Amino acid sequence: MRDVAVIGIGMNKWGELWPSRIRDLYVEAALLALDDAGVDKIDSMYVGCMSSGLLVGQEHLGALMADYLGQAPVPATRVESACASGGVALRQGFIEVASGMSDVVLVGGVEKMTDIDGGSTTYALATAADQEYEGFHGVTFPGLYAMMARAHMARYGTTREQLAQVAVKNHENGAKNPRAQFPFTTTLEGVMTSTMVADPLRLMDCSPVTDGAAAVVLSTVEMAKKLKRHPLVKITGSGQASASIALHARADLTWLGSTEAAAKTACKMARCTPREADLFEVHDCFTIAEIMVLEALGLVEKGKGGPATAAGLTALGGEFPVNASGGLKAKGHPVGATGVAQIVELAEQLRGDAGARQVKGAKRGLAQNMGGTGASATVHILEVES
Amino acid sequence: MITARYWREMPQRYRYEAGKCVKCGYVAFPPRLICPVCKAREFQTVTLANTGKIETFTVIRVAPSDFEDEVPYAMAVIKLDDGVQVTAQVVDVDLDELKIGDRVRIEFRRISQDGEAGVIFYGYKFVPA
Repeated sequence: MRDVAVIGIGMNKWGELWPSRIRDLYVEAALLALDDAGVDKIDSMYVGCMSSGLLVGQEHLGALMADYLGQAPVPATRVESACASGGVALRQGFIEVASGMSDVVLVGGVEKMTDIDGGSTTYALATAADQEYEGFHGVTFPGLYAMMARAHMARYGTTREQLAQVAVKNHENGAKNPRAQFPFTTTLEGVMTSTMVADPLRLMDCSPVTDGAAAVVLSTVEMAKKLKRHPLVKITGSGQASASIALHARADLTWLGSTEAAAKTACKMARCTPREADLFEVHDCFTIAEIMVLEALGLVEKGKGGPATAAGLTALGGEFPVNASGGLKAKGHPVGATGVAQIVELAEQLRGDAGARQVKGAKRGLAQNMGGTGASATVHILEVES
Repeated sequence: MITARYWREMPQRYRYEAGKCVKCGYVAFPPRLICPVCKAREFQTVTLANTGKIETFTVIRVAPSDFEDEVPYAMAVIKLDDGVQVTAQVVDVDLDELKIGDRVRIEFRRISQDGEAGVIFYGYKFVPA
């Protein structure tokens, strides 16, 4: 297997981008990444996207994006794995370069979520659960994570305030990210008095509905060294795992088994443990999710994610800085783009280009992306060569 | 939701039919073709236990399009007395009184309908036992 470098990164400012079409979002981010890499020819490309069919009535995104990026006839493949679509697309690009099949691969993720009304968006997202045995009964994604939160609170004593602390911390970081959808700070009180969505989760426990895209260019290390435009950032580990599609089919409702398994695979490849990473971009689709991810990655003991967050372990200056970008909570969550945007953030941090939210001296980063209630997960390890 | 998709699930939604692995005893609901525990492929049709307890729950206040008229409503993961876990609504309860561990019983109820003039979908909900 060949080593794989991240030679270009691109991401637009996220938000409610009504004037932009889905193709514009993807192409903008892709052009930023290609310009950043200094290449204009690619061997193939991937498009991570969860639900363009339901959200904008457009499928067949691989060909559409290759066409509008002016890259036809390169092979262009759409990858769908719910909210892990971006992470899984990245892994496909990684495998393609590592295997020797291609030398330069573009991986982008995109979602255009604000073209339809809220109820329809909620429905589209709910299709990532078991439609016949969860969705049929009227459950939503906030509802599923709310049930995980309540189980976690009952078993481990996690408090409402500890959940809110995740949102406060991520908004603190997001306020320093010019590309974030909601670059403002909030307070514990602000989170805990926001509108109830699915008890005990409130609006400020939930990541937002977002339009946006992100892209990276992957290549061989030889090509990265030839181009020499940035510090050399490599993907040293890649892991992916699956779990039951329905939350109720899991023996432990408070444990993210797929994240644990994906981390194990990625870390074995990178010859490190999650605790040896200097920063983490994780899937905080809801505040409880970040707490459960800390536990699944082994950064804290089972059940201790809440107190650890309240104690500042995961803050920008803490031992394990989590979601320096603002996370899904503040940066936004265009579902198919999220897994790729995490790589954009890690690469920018490892290059030392993250400005006010820079994690000082960061040499190794870990990205964790998941779909559904954790039915799929990816973990990637990035390292910068010093 | 197209009619065939609903019709296919009727044995599970109307009669609570599950598949019990003849080799290891794992109860699959809905039925499966291969046992996720022991990989055996032979199942015997059994009926789910009709009582259980709430493992966890929430009150949905922002609903998907088909359920917008129903809010607020309670959803729970229920552990039935045969060990099978299902997701369903809990109804005929005071939403402020619900708690983990509450005993509940399965009932056949209307779930939703396909638009103004479409098929009415029925299935199971839970009520206090």
